[in-house]
Amino acid sequence: MELTLDEVRHVAALARLGLTDAEQELMRDQLSSILGHINALNELDTESIPPTASVAALQNVWRDDTVQSSLPREQVLMNAPRQNEGCFEVDTPLGGEESSS
Amino acid sequence: MEAGSATVIMVQFAIFARSLETGRGVEIDVTETIASTRFETVIGLEVHAQVLTKSKMYCSCSAEYASAEPNTHVCHVCMGLPGALPVINREAIELCVLTGLALDCTIAPFSKLDRKNYVYPDLPKGYQVSQYDLPLCQNGTLVFESNGEPVTAGITRVHIEEDTGRLLHRTASDGSDISLVDLNRSGVPLMEIVGEPDLRSPEHARDYLIALRQILRYIGASTGNMEEGAFRCDANVSLREAGSTEFGAKVEIKNMNSFRAVERALRYEVERQQGVLEAGGTIEQETRGWVDARGVTVGQRTKEAAHDYRYFPEPDLPPLALGADIVERIAARLPELPAARRARFVEAFGLGEPEAAILTGERETADYFESVCESAPAEGRSRLAANWILNDLFGLQRERGLPPDRMPVSADQLAGLLDMLEADQISARAAKELLAQLGPGETAIDKARSLNLLPLDDDDAIRTAALETIEAFPAAADDYRNGKKAAIGRLLGETIKRTGGRARPDAARAILEELLNSPS
Repeated sequence: MELTLDEVRHVAALARLGLTDAEQELMRDQLSSILGHINALNELDTESIPPTASVAALQNVWRDDTVQSSLPREQVLMNAPRQNEGCFEVDTPLGGEESSS
Repeated sequence: MEAGSATVIMVQFAIFARSLETGRGVEIDVTETIASTRFETVIGLEVHAQVLTKSKMYCSCSAEYASAEPNTHVCHVCMGLPGALPVINREAIELCVLTGLALDCTIAPFSKLDRKNYVYPDLPKGYQVSQYDLPLCQNGTLVFESNGEPVTAGITRVHIEEDTGRLLHRTASDGSDISLVDLNRSGVPLMEIVGEPDLRSPEHARDYLIALRQILRYIGASTGNMEEGAFRCDANVSLREAGSTEFGAKVEIKNMNSFRAVERALRYEVERQQGVLEAGGTIEQETRGWVDARGVTVGQRTKEAAHDYRYFPEPDLPPLALGADIVERIAARLPELPAARRARFVEAFGLGEPEAAILTGERETADYFESVCESAPAEGRSRLAANWILNDLFGLQRERGLPPDRMPVSADQLAGLLDMLEADQISARAAKELLAQLGPGETAIDKARSLNLLPLDDDDAIRTAALETIEAFPAAADDYRNGKKAAIGRLLGETIKRTGGRARPDAARAILEELLNSPS
């Protein structure tokens, strides 16, 4: 299971990671090794096993619509490298507008 | 342009609706309708509506973010800390299903949630928990009226997902651009309502949105407040040669924050694409943003591989199996929907279509009207109630700056006032005065008494006012005596005015006639 450098660069771009040439090589090797490991699953005969999106034998696990208290703001922000006006501060992302769901 | 290159403009709207704007409050753009016989406009809308729950989609933080201090409704789940376990908000699922039922969708007996991966500072987990291939609701329809004609638009799907946090943009002291992340909105439940490309004009798009928003408000699934972002809309627009059945390259329009903006943006975009095509150009598939202040759409920087979301099933949330029993129980929550109620108002109360449409615009208004009518089965009550609500109560509502779902007096108070009018206990003029003065908890009759608005049954007082009037307007009195009987109108009005509006017109007229006809 050998990833190409182009695939590594594509995944890095999606994750907004800038990788040096050497890091790209390193990531190719490591990711390839991980995928190779997972790929071992393909050796299993799954002919008689129905496909599923969930391995837990659970469904309809939900809660009532009630409000409980949130974390104190000091705790919410305690690990933020930069804080400002009670918010996390970041450099404005390219484009400058909100992502749209 | 080649004949086959269908230049359909498919507009998709994603609506973020939470405005207090209603059908009746919507400004209608009166700029001329685009008329092109060569091209057909194709529009599809995508609406994001905030689901009206108390808590968030996957955690118990308050979903109220509009007025909360930044980052005060946040926990380990909605800030995406490692190891946090989300749990589905059942009410959000029910309201999404209720929306599907109101839009005649098929409800999926088996559904699941999926992760949609992308990186942005307002998305702390690095993925949004949404639905990919098994949405809760599919294959519905929305029937609405546009320009007096019924239009049927397909609903592709309605699925549940979560909102992102908010970014506030600032300029740092060194001049660099920074953004402040507020996660109060992160994880607030959203429904995405995707419509088929069945709309053929910007007016269709506007009327579709108004009808959809009205339904969401009726069933209590969303506030539909567009200004506050509880109802957001994106549009896919394309043009195609008239008669073609293929779609042209679609342009996605974003950033439309009011019904009026939607209509204006689409009108602009249709004309823009028409211009490009007529000049022999081709339409690029792209995303454009509406710039309201300038009245134009502009191309947005499209991120490379923007649609590589790498969806996969959410491993932390077991699937949903909504059996017939669950769906039935949810269906029992469906109220009478706006279109049915409108038709019933015409049928049962003898109202005209436009009046019925306005009275059923908000569910609360329709309830109010029905309650005022129920209290007195008297013939003509519905007409009278409709007139008072449409003319006087709406006027007072606007004057007092009340939201469209809140009336200035209670239904009981209005019923009391109408009772007095029907029994001829109060003049129309005095009733209007009474309405304006009526405070919370006061009954119409008591207030009328204390304001001295009940009719003057004292003939002597009316006689005094009539004599004063005749003295003050001798010319009119002479005209009447000389045979110009119509001159009494002026004298009558003045006499009633001098009694503070309390004299009954027939009593005042009789006394005036008597005085004028008797030899002076």
